[in-house]
Amino acid sequence: MLYREAGQFKTNYVSDSAIFPLRQDRIGLGLIILAAYALAFLGNSFLLQAVMIPFLVFSLASIGLNILTGYTGLLSLGTGAFMGVGAYACYKLMTAFPDVNVIIWIFVSGFFSAAIGALFGLPSLRIKGFYLAVATLAAQFFLQWCFIRIPWLVNYNVSGALDAPLRTLFGIPIMGPNATPQTRYLLVLTIVIVLTWLASNLVHGRIGRMWIAIRDMDLAAELMGIRPLQTKLLAFAVSSYYCGVAGALLVFMWYGGAEYDVFNINQSFFILFMVIIGGLGSLIGSFFGAALIFILPIVLGIVLPAVLSPFGISVGSDVIEHLRFMIVGALIIFFLIVEPHGLARLWQIGKQKLLVWPFPY
Amino acid sequence: MSFRKMSLGLAAATMLAGTALPAFAQDSIYVPLFTYRTGAFAGSGTYIADGMHDYLQMLNQRDGGIGGVKLVIEECETGYDTKKGVECYEAVKGKNPVMVNPWSTGITLPLIPRASVDKIPILSMAYGLSASARGDIFPWVFNPPATYWDGLSMIIKYIGEKEGGLEKLKGKKIGFIHLDAAFGKEPIPLLQELSKEIGFEVALYPVAAQDMQNQSSQWLSARRDRPDYMIMWGWGTMNGAAVKEAVRSGYPMDKFYSVWWPSEDDAKSGGAGAKGFKMLNWHAVGTNFPALQDIQKHVVEKGLSKSPKEKVGELLYNRGVYNSLLIAEGIAQAQKITGKKAVTGEDVRRGIENIKLDPARLKELGLEGFTETLTLSCSDHNGHRPAFMQEWDGTKWVKISDPIEPMTDRVKAQLDAAAKDYAEKNAGWPKRTEACDKAS
Repeated sequence: MLYREAGQFKTNYVSDSAIFPLRQDRIGLGLIILAAYALAFLGNSFLLQAVMIPFLVFSLASIGLNILTGYTGLLSLGTGAFMGVGAYACYKLMTAFPDVNVIIWIFVSGFFSAAIGALFGLPSLRIKGFYLAVATLAAQFFLQWCFIRIPWLVNYNVSGALDAPLRTLFGIPIMGPNATPQTRYLLVLTIVIVLTWLASNLVHGRIGRMWIAIRDMDLAAELMGIRPLQTKLLAFAVSSYYCGVAGALLVFMWYGGAEYDVFNINQSFFILFMVIIGGLGSLIGSFFGAALIFILPIVLGIVLPAVLSPFGISVGSDVIEHLRFMIVGALIIFFLIVEPHGLARLWQIGKQKLLVWPFPY
Repeated sequence: MSFRKMSLGLAAATMLAGTALPAFAQDSIYVPLFTYRTGAFAGSGTYIADGMHDYLQMLNQRDGGIGGVKLVIEECETGYDTKKGVECYEAVKGKNPVMVNPWSTGITLPLIPRASVDKIPILSMAYGLSASARGDIFPWVFNPPATYWDGLSMIIKYIGEKEGGLEKLKGKKIGFIHLDAAFGKEPIPLLQELSKEIGFEVALYPVAAQDMQNQSSQWLSARRDRPDYMIMWGWGTMNGAAVKEAVRSGYPMDKFYSVWWPSEDDAKSGGAGAKGFKMLNWHAVGTNFPALQDIQKHVVEKGLSKSPKEKVGELLYNRGVYNSLLIAEGIAQAQKITGKKAVTGEDVRRGIENIKLDPARLKELGLEGFTETLTLSCSDHNGHRPAFMQEWDGTKWVKISDPIEPMTDRVKAQLDAAAKDYAEKNAGWPKRTEACDKAS
């Protein structure tokens, strides 16, 4: 009833090709962003620090992988390592130049990741699918080996760990243990919104069309004048840029310190699952995927004991953990059966149904 | 798929989540335990979790808590995963925990800088950041009773004594098989320093975390290099796999030494051939102590423990008990110093600094002879206590040496350098502002 197209006329091409042609969508998006900012002042520190910040970070990493796997059709298992490159680059930069604002370094660290990503993307011209996955797997292992083996990366720190030094913006601590979850959340949220907006413009524009053309049929794309090497490498670079920024945020805005082990192969799979569950080739799907894979287990961990205790069943934390695994696993299978194209597709179907509700024709 | 139903369900779930945060009475002490009964390290983690939980539960059942205040014990499952560990920390932070026990070096590291901000002490018992032994730089972090550098110096000392003096190690070859992570690499600088000085050769065999269960290549190299001694720095499945591979490759087990983390199960995985395998330890095995018998009586037999009866008193179970002994002692000391009953994290930090577990106190606690004296202080958050060597006789651990003192001077040099380094790398690392209590 409220969500309908009637009465909104598109009088020029710009409004017709808008990303959000419906006024309701635009208002909805504005409300969501507003709510996200309002959450910084309403939510408690657990919600911000343990739920929202990692959710946003993983969403950003999923967007990165989605650009590569969802839009360009190149399967990568090196996401964790590319995130690591961003984190280590950020660490080196901000310890080498402590006077430059750390936000700049967070954005710059992505470029290092992009360069490494493009380098490991070179084989993508010749190999596809599973074979490319194996090549990116090599990147994962090689980079992880570097993180352990090159003490220069951690400034010869004996613990071999990255840790977040105190950094400020306008005198307010934004990094390090003194930064409140609130400021960290606001910073992460802003970075994620800016980068998502950029990604949205990229994938809906000429470059995005090129990626999609390569994904759907690279031979046809080549015949149309799209150069596969440049396009694929660009996809690798952009994707790794996003992953790199996400990696820097992960370590310095969420953990506050981490070992190389954070960027292992499991991290790569974790992000890949988010992309697949959320929906390949969809930005909003990246957020859905991150929510399902990351937030759902946390919610279950809180809800399950509350649901079970009234029945006199007190369960240990280990049983909860097993239940989490089982329920999340079952849900993943359920969603993939119901909608193989991920949650984003479900969302789209829902919106279409809502357009004609309550009088479907 | 009905979206209305789905959103209704989601709304219901959110509401439940809102009500699920439990409230605690003021007259209790909240002790969260970070445990891992799931995941790749559950084989070690489950026993430790049982030991920790059961000792505190025993205090609740037998004495009604500590100083008459009941302990609220809550386990948070980390799965040895840093992500979940940090989530656990955030979840317990708001409930006024008196301390956290991360039980993973990976989880300890991100928590170290937060401890002083959140006013929650960290007890990382013989793991974590070795440099945190310096109480003047890390007032909120404790890692008793010994650092990994202490451990390595003890093993070298023991080997040296067996050879008839440290200088006899000259020309020998010592293999060091370690987990390829900060934890396993930490002793290497000291090992190399000693090798230069004494003149023995060092061969390193790193085992990556993902290859813990497959060490055939490392042991193949070891077979080629023929080291006179092997020293192991491993955790979880790595220990068991190493013992198995050592037996298979025919390495003489009596020359195979480990730091304090292997369990009975790890040694058993080598079968009969594992006989002679040696490791450091700093507390007794078995249940021949009044406190452990109380655990059996008040907790295990009442069905309040998750531990199988026969596992009570095993090595890692008792390791958990030792951890809880420190928790309880920290709380008891905090009550003594402040005169308060329901102590906070800040009080307990002072309490742990004043821990003095001498034989008389241990006897009082029903743990006479369970472990060596441990005295912590304002500047020394570790104690650098000696450990003894124990040997696997095929069915159980047998203590085979007196306590071995660490090479304190060398360890101190490493420690000071590392602590200084950490504080320098983290520009703006806060100076200690917490006042020191007079030794009570």
